[in-house]
Amino acid sequence: MDLIAVAWPYWHQFFFIIFAATAVGFGFGVLLSKNVVRMAFYLVLSLGSTAGLFFLAGAEFVGAMQLMIYVGGTLVLLIFGVMLTAQKDFINMDTHTQDWILATIVGGSLLMVLLFAAFGADDWSTPQDINDAQVEATKEATPLGLALTGIRVDKLGDSGDAVDDGKSGYLMPFIIVSIHLLVVLIGAAYMARTKKLSHATDDKSSRAKLMLFKMEHESEQLEEETYVVTHRGKSALNPLDPQNEN
Amino acid sequence: MADFVNYILNIEGSWFGYVVAALVAAVLILHVVAVGALLFIWMERKISGRIQDRLGPTRVGGKFGWLQTLADGIKLIAKEDVTPDLADKFLFKIAPYVGLAASYAAFIALPFADGVVGLHINTAVFFVLAVLGLEVFSVILAGYASGSKWSLFGAMREAAQVVSYEVPLGMCVVVPVMICGTMNLTTIANMQAGFLTNWLVFNDPFTFLTAIVYFTCATAGVNRAPFDLAEAESELVAGFHTEYSGLRWSLFFMAEYSSMFIVSALASILFFGGPHGPIPVTEILGFAGDSLGNPGMEAFSEETAKNDGFFAATQFGLILSRIIGVVNLLIKGCIGVTVMMWVRWSFPRLRIDQVMTMCLKYCVPLAAIGFLGATTWQALDLPTGTTLTGSHRYEYHELWTAGLKDKVLLDQDETADSSEAPIPHENDTQTEVNKVPLKTVPVSVLKGGER
Repeated sequence: MDLIAVAWPYWHQFFFIIFAATAVGFGFGVLLSKNVVRMAFYLVLSLGSTAGLFFLAGAEFVGAMQLMIYVGGTLVLLIFGVMLTAQKDFINMDTHTQDWILATIVGGSLLMVLLFAAFGADDWSTPQDINDAQVEATKEATPLGLALTGIRVDKLGDSGDAVDDGKSGYLMPFIIVSIHLLVVLIGAAYMARTKKLSHATDDKSSRAKLMLFKMEHESEQLEEETYVVTHRGKSALNPLDPQNEN
Repeated sequence: MADFVNYILNIEGSWFGYVVAALVAAVLILHVVAVGALLFIWMERKISGRIQDRLGPTRVGGKFGWLQTLADGIKLIAKEDVTPDLADKFLFKIAPYVGLAASYAAFIALPFADGVVGLHINTAVFFVLAVLGLEVFSVILAGYASGSKWSLFGAMREAAQVVSYEVPLGMCVVVPVMICGTMNLTTIANMQAGFLTNWLVFNDPFTFLTAIVYFTCATAGVNRAPFDLAEAESELVAGFHTEYSGLRWSLFFMAEYSSMFIVSALASILFFGGPHGPIPVTEILGFAGDSLGNPGMEAFSEETAKNDGFFAATQFGLILSRIIGVVNLLIKGCIGVTVMMWVRWSFPRLRIDQVMTMCLKYCVPLAAIGFLGATTWQALDLPTGTTLTGSHRYEYHELWTAGLKDKVLLDQDETADSSEAPIPHENDTQTEVNKVPLKTVPVSVLKGGER
C-alpha cells in the first residue's frame, strides 16, 4: 500500500520521453529506410508522435491540426509512393554519396539554426519554479477561431484604433489564403478536365499548340469511333433497330 | 473516477487512482469496439438474411444464432496467418493494427453522455474527424504490402474515395459547430437537451438536409456498401484484404464496424440529440442537473466525501441520468448502423466514376447549400426548433463575447475561481451577466486585457 500511496509527479516527463523517442526514432527511420512506402509510413508515425507531444502540452487543437494536415498530407505522399513503386523498378531509392554529403550540410546547418534559436530563448534556458509559473490556461479554441475571423480577444481595448483594439485580427490573411486555395482547386480541376474542343489552336504559329491540336483531334476521332462501334454493337441486339437490317 | 478510486482505497492524490481510471476508460472503449463488432456482425447477418428473405444464422447459441460471431471468431483465431511471398512483411503485418488503432483512438474524444468521455477535448469534433481520417492508412498499407494487383487496386480506390468524401463530410460537420458555436461535442450534445424538437436536425430545413448529406458521406467514408469499391468482390476478389486471413483479417472488420458505430454516434451527437432522448425523462424528474451551464460536472467529489461522507459526495441522480444518456447514445448509434446495413443490402454497388460523381457533383454542392442556408437562417434570425434558449445557441455559449470589455474591466479579482463558474442563463439580468466571471477567456488574457 505504501507504493500505491505515492503521488508520482513525473507523468508528463514519462509520456514526453515516450513520444519524443518515437518521433526521433521514426525520423531516423525515414532517413535510413530505402523503401519509399516505408519511409512515408515512418514519417506518418513520426508526425503522429509529434501530435502526441502537442496533446501532452494541452494544445489539443494544434495536435488535431497536426494529425489532419501533416499526417493527412503524408497520406498523399504515401499514395504517390504506392503509385510509383507499384512497378518494382522504383521500389528502392539508393542515395549517392554526394547526396548524403549535401543533405548532411543542409540539414546540419538547419539543425544549428534551430538549436541556437531554442537555447537562445531566455525563458526556456532557465526554467522557473513550476509553482511560480502556474498559469491556468484555457483549453478553448474559441479565441483562436475568433482571431482567425477578425477579433483578437487578448487585445480588445478602448482606444478607437481598430488595429490596436484587436478588431483587425487575421481576417485578411485568412481570406487571402482561402482564395489562394480556391484558385489552386479550380486550377487543378481545370487541368484535369476532360479535353474537348481546343480554342487555343487558332494561333498556328506555335508548334506545340499545333501538336496539341493534332493530338486532340486524333483522340477525339478515336473516341467517336469507339462510341459508334459500341453504339452499333448494342443496337445490333435490337431487332427493331433500322440500322440492323442485314 | 480517479477521486473515487482514491477515496475508496483511502489514498489521497495517488497515481493509483489515475491509472485505474485510465484503464477503466480504455477497457470500456475496447468493449465498445470489440463487443460492438460482435453484435454488429451478427446483426449484419440477420438483417441481410431478412432483406434477402432468408433466416440468417439460427443455430449457434440458441434461437437467434446470436453466438454465430463468436463461433466465427474462434474459427478465425484457429486459422493460419498466411503472409504472401511477394508481401512487404513488416507493413503487411502492421497494417491491420493501424486501422484498428485509428478507429479505437477516435473513441477517446467521443462523449457517450455528459461527462462520460475518455478525454474531455474542447475540439472533440475536429479530433474525431482527424483520427478517423487516419484509418485509410491501414487500407493503403495493406493494399500495397500484399503484393497483389487486386489489393493495390482496392487500396487506390479506397484512397481516392475517402479523400474525396472527407470534403463534404467536413462541410456538413461545420454546420452544427457553427450553430452551437463550439467544437466541444459535450456542449453540442447538451445544447440539444429537452424534447425532440431541440435536436439540431430539426433546427431548420438546411440542417435536415445537412444531416442526410452527412450520413451519406459517412457511409462512403467508412467504406460501406453501396460505396465499398475497395472490396468489391465482383471485381477485385476482396480488394485490399484479399491476401489476409485469420486474425488479421478480422481486425480489419473490427475496425470497419467500430468506425461505422463511431460515425453513427457522431451523427447522433451532432444532429440527433446525442445522449438526450426524444423525451427528457431525467430532466423532468430533476436528475440531470444543469448540464448546459456546467458541462462535464463531476458526479463524485473527493473533498466533499472527506467532509460530509460518501453519500453526500455522490450525486446518484446525475449518475442515473448519465447511464440513461449512455443507453440513449448507444441505441442511436445502433440505429445508425442498422440504417447503414439496410442501405447496404438494398442498393447495388456503384461504379467508381459514379462514386466520384456522387461526391463531387451532388454531396459537395448539397453540403455547401446546407452550410450557406444554415448560416443564412441564423443570420436572418428565422425561427428555429429550439426551445432551450431564448436566443441562438451560439450566443448562449458565446455570451462572454458580448460585453467582453466590460467584463474584463469588472472582474479582475474574480477570475481566480472562473473555472467553476457556470455560464449565465438567458433569463438572468444583464447586470448579473456582467458579474459572472468569464469561463472561456484564459487568465493570462484577462490579466493583459486592461491596456
